[in-house]
Amino acid sequence: MEKILLLGFADAGQAADKQLLEAAAAVSKLAADLNTAWDIALVGKEIQTAANSLANSGAAHFYGVEGDDFETARYASDLLAAEALVKKSEATLVIVPGTSRANRVVSALSARVNGRADTHLTGITVRDGKITVSRWYYRQRMEGAFARPQRPWILALEPGSVAPAALSAGTAAVEKITVELPENARRTKVLGMKTPAGTAQTIRPDAKLLFVAGAGWTKKQADGQSHAADAESIILQFLDKSQASLGSTKSLVDMSGEGNAVLSFMTHLNQVGQTGSTPRHPKGLATCCHGEEPHVVGWRFIKERRAVNVDANCGWARGKADVLYVADAFAVMAKVNELLCK
Amino acid sequence: MTNGYQIVVCGGLVPDPLQTLEPVSTPNGPALKNEMMLPVALDPWAGHALYEAAHLAKQIPGSKVWLVSLGAKPKLQQLMMSVAQKAAFEFVPVEGNAGGFMSAYDCAAALTAAIKGIAGLDMTRLLLFGGWESASRGAGSTLQLIGESLGIMDQFMGVDEIKPQADGSFTVLERVEGARHQESLCQGAPAVLGWATGSLPEPMNNPQVGMMNMRSIMPALQRAPKANVALDGIEYASVELPKQQRDTRIVKDLSVEQIAQEIVDWIKQ
Repeated sequence: MEKILLLGFADAGQAADKQLLEAAAAVSKLAADLNTAWDIALVGKEIQTAANSLANSGAAHFYGVEGDDFETARYASDLLAAEALVKKSEATLVIVPGTSRANRVVSALSARVNGRADTHLTGITVRDGKITVSRWYYRQRMEGAFARPQRPWILALEPGSVAPAALSAGTAAVEKITVELPENARRTKVLGMKTPAGTAQTIRPDAKLLFVAGAGWTKKQADGQSHAADAESIILQFLDKSQASLGSTKSLVDMSGEGNAVLSFMTHLNQVGQTGSTPRHPKGLATCCHGEEPHVVGWRFIKERRAVNVDANCGWARGKADVLYVADAFAVMAKVNELLCK
Repeated sequence: MTNGYQIVVCGGLVPDPLQTLEPVSTPNGPALKNEMMLPVALDPWAGHALYEAAHLAKQIPGSKVWLVSLGAKPKLQQLMMSVAQKAAFEFVPVEGNAGGFMSAYDCAAALTAAIKGIAGLDMTRLLLFGGWESASRGAGSTLQLIGESLGIMDQFMGVDEIKPQADGSFTVLERVEGARHQESLCQGAPAVLGWATGSLPEPMNNPQVGMMNMRSIMPALQRAPKANVALDGIEYASVELPKQQRDTRIVKDLSVEQIAQEIVDWIKQ
C-alpha cells in the first residue's frame, strides 16, 4: 500500500499558501482514491502556523524541520531538510507544490532517497489502480500521461492545476525532526529579493487578463515613423485601468535588451513562449504580435484568447485565437483606454 | 579568483521551434514523427548558459569552457555548424537518445560520466552551467541530478545573473514567483547554475572562433562514447497533441470604436 506525504515549505507566521493548499487538495483526493492515509511535512523558520492552517485537512501525522537555517530558499539546507523528512515518514509517494523553492531540490532529493521525481505535473489520477500523472512536453506542445514503478516517487504539482483546499484552522501536533547542517551547506547566503526595474507593476500572476505586446508596437506606422513613446503610454494606461498582466514576445524583449529605444518597462521576465513563461490567466489579449508557434506555446493555459493585428493571415487567424480583430492596435487600444476611463 | 573557472555547460539539442511536432509511438517509447529529419537547434536556455559562460570566461583570466551535449552524432554535427561560431569552447559529445520522452536520470548519468571523463577538471574551480529546463522534457531535473552526482552543494535555478567578486565568491540572481529575483551570495565554486535567459543577446557569428572550435569538434565527435538513454521504467499511457484548435472569428468590418467596445465588454465579463 502506498504511503503518501505532502511536503511543503512554510513562511514563518503564515498560514499555508495557495500552492500548498492546492497540493493538499490533490493529496486528499489521491489518498481517498487509494484508500490510504497521508501525512504532512513542512520546512521553515517557524512551521506551526502553517501546520495549524492544515490541521483539518485530513492528514494523519505532521512532521517538521524548523529553525533559522531553514528560513530562506537555499538548495543545500532545503535538500537536507527534505531528505530527513522523506526518510522519517517512509513515504512511497511524496507530493510537493511545484514552487521555485521546491523545484530547485526535488530531483536531487529523489537521488538521495533512491527514488524518482517528476515535475510540472498538471494531473495526478488513479487509473485501474495505477497512479498516473500527466505533464506537458516540448514546451506545452504535447501532453503525456505515464506511470513509474520506482518508489519513493516525488511528484511536483504545477501551481494552478487544481483548486486549493478550503480548510478551517485548528491545532496540529507536529513531530519535529532535528537536522544539523554541515559547514558546506552554509556556503550560500540568501541576501533577499529584488524586483527588476520596470516589472513591478506590469507582471501580475493573479490577473484575470494577460495583455501581450508584440514587436509591432515599435515598428514604423502608417506615417513612416515609429511611435515607441506613444506605445508606452497606451500600454501603461491600459495596464493601469485593466489591472492586466503584461507579457511580451521574445523579439520585443530582445530589442529592449539590445539597448534600442523601445518599451523601457519590458524585460525578459515579461517574455511569454518558448523561452519565456507559460502563465495561467483566464483571458489573454495579444496586440501587434503575429501569433507564431514559439510565442503561442506560452499561451497553452490561457482559456479565452483574442488578438488585434493588421494582418488577417497572421498565426492567430489559424485556430490559435477565439477572435482576431484586423485593426490598428494603436487606435484600438487608445479607444479601449478611453472607454475604460469612463 | 586566481586560476579562473572551469565552466562546463550542459546543452542538448532540440527540434527547431518553428517545426511542427507530432508524437508517434515506437518500440522504444514515444518519439517525434520524423525525428531524425527535423532540423535541430541548441536548447534555447542552454544557449543562454553557453553565452553567459563564454562571457564569464572572458572576464576571469585562466577560465575555460566545455560544452557537453547528448544526441545522435549526425545531429550533433549539424548543431555544431551553427553553434561553433558563437563562443569558444571544447566540445564533449555523448552519443545517445536526446528525445524529450527519455529519462532525465539516464541522461544525467550519461552526462555525469562524460564530465568526470574531462581530463584535468578541477572540482574546486567547477561551475556547472546549463538551461534551468530544456525545451524538450522541460523538467529541470538533469542539471540538478548531475550536480548531486558530483557532490555539489550549491545549486541555483532560473539564473539571470552571476557577478564574480574579487575573493572568489559570487552573487547570483534566480527567478522566483511574482516576477522577482532571489539574490544569493555563494562562497565560490563548485556550483550549479541553471540559466534562464540571462542578460546577454545571442552573439554574432565569429568565423575565427568557429574555425578554432571545429579543429577539436570533429575528432571529439568521432570518439564520442555511446550512452544508453532510455525510459528508465516510465510507462507511457498516452502522448498526444492538444485538441483545442479554435474556430477563430476574424473581424474585419468593424470600426475601431466597435472593436474597442467589444474588447471592453469582454474584459469586464
